Amino acid sequence: MVETVVIPLVQIVIVLFGVLTAVAYLVLLERKVQAWVQVRLGPMRVGPHGILQPIADVVKLLIKEDITPARVDKWVFTLAPIIVLVPALIVFAVIPFGTPANIFGFSLPLYISDINVGLLYIVSVASLGVYGIILGGWASNSKYPLLSSLRASAQLISYEVAVTMMLVSMVLMAGTLSMVGMVEAQQSQGMWYAFTQPVAFAIYFIGGLAETNRAPFDLPEAEQELVGGFHTEYSGIRFALFFLAEYANMIVVSSVATTVFLGGWLRPFPGVEWLAFLDIVPTWVWFIVKTFGLLYLFLWIRATLPRYRYDQLMRLGWKVFIPIAIANVIVTAALKVIL
Amino acid sequence: MGEAIAFYTLAALILGFAVLVVTARETVHSVLFLVATFLFVAMLYVLQHAEFLAVIQVLVYAGGIVVLYLFVVMLANLKSAPEAHEDPRRRDRLGIALAGVVLAEFVAIALYAFTGPLPASAGAAAAVGANNTEQVGWALYADYLVPFEVASILLLVAMLGAIVLAKREL
Repeated sequence: MVETVVIPLVQIVIVLFGVLTAVAYLVLLERKVQAWVQVRLGPMRVGPHGILQPIADVVKLLIKEDITPARVDKWVFTLAPIIVLVPALIVFAVIPFGTPANIFGFSLPLYISDINVGLLYIVSVASLGVYGIILGGWASNSKYPLLSSLRASAQLISYEVAVTMMLVSMVLMAGTLSMVGMVEAQQSQGMWYAFTQPVAFAIYFIGGLAETNRAPFDLPEAEQELVGGFHTEYSGIRFALFFLAEYANMIVVSSVATTVFLGGWLRPFPGVEWLAFLDIVPTWVWFIVKTFGLLYLFLWIRATLPRYRYDQLMRLGWKVFIPIAIANVIVTAALKVIL
Repeated sequence: MGEAIAFYTLAALILGFAVLVVTARETVHSVLFLVATFLFVAMLYVLQHAEFLAVIQVLVYAGGIVVLYLFVVMLANLKSAPEAHEDPRRRDRLGIALAGVVLAEFVAIALYAFTGPLPASAGAAAAVGANNTEQVGWALYADYLVPFEVASILLLVAMLGAIVLAKREL
């Protein structure tokens, strides 16, 4: 009973709480980083250096009026934000945060589940998020959200191909689909896959930018052309769910990249003997540091690069990334057979 | 016992959503119910310990094909009246005929399942200790290699054909 019900429930609660806190503070971090890049201070009023700003934001979104515009499709309109958020959260079920921790004599694994099709599970669950975007735009019964949701879903589907292809190369490298197995393979090979597969890492990360609709690929939210994107008609808590999902998806992309390419919970250079003193740091700290490093890259890119044009985006996805991705899979497979 | 309860609950949900697919007035709602049906079918696969199949079911059907359905449904105008010269009873007769064919097929399958010989387990797939994904891999690439390749060539030809038809000038 304790093994099968209580421990997983505790794990789920901890992971959900952790992810939602991370999302809230990621928003603050984004505003701060943007501000620093532009030589501003960013949020400073709520708490010292704006540290309590996320709480104020959440309270504001919760108590705002939740408007359902006239002539929307009520059911779908309500369902869409939920469909966007749920896949982003349940992906965390298979992400390993560290080696098992010892708490009060219990050996508590730092992942909720280690299923043998972990990576495929992530890809397939993440592919469901697109429904929320399409339906949110469609159900709003309004021109701009519909255009934006079409853009968003076309973008997502195009880049999904290259990103999934990159993960296929990584499966070839590790010989397993399990996320824990992925990290263990990097441990036994003594090298993060970001070093052995730099092309795959780069394309995965750029594709991740496009899949999460982040700058420079934030065309679905291009304010100048589309007012505010597929969630223009949403307000209050339902808007908050869309917002939450976008940031949760950024964390998903970063933590999957950390697990698959940056050795998950492993220390830097796991194969180098004289760096073994770094093992004193708990494994989950490495995971969080690496994930936030990648998230910082997301924010940095947003503050630096201008937005792509739509045809440039499609050309990049279909004519550059997908051919490179296919070549990468073929070369990886060939090297696997030869070596 | 628990497995039986889960099976019958899932079966009821699958059939319920399948009925909603054909009865919903709004086509987009139909598509959504179809997604729900596919997700519950995936759960049924999990119940049978076919994890790989379950995940692929979600990825290919729910995440891929139905998204394209949704695009078509949203972009095509389905509200226009049916064409005047079409005999309205023709569609009913066609539907009943197709339903009859499917029913006959089900009966045949059921009869075969109860009376016929047990299916021979695929040779290499039964490798001890291999997980679900590996078993599928062995079955596809060792036992059924030729049918698998033929199917993939068929898909390629279909895709090329669609592109040639859709694009007037290449």
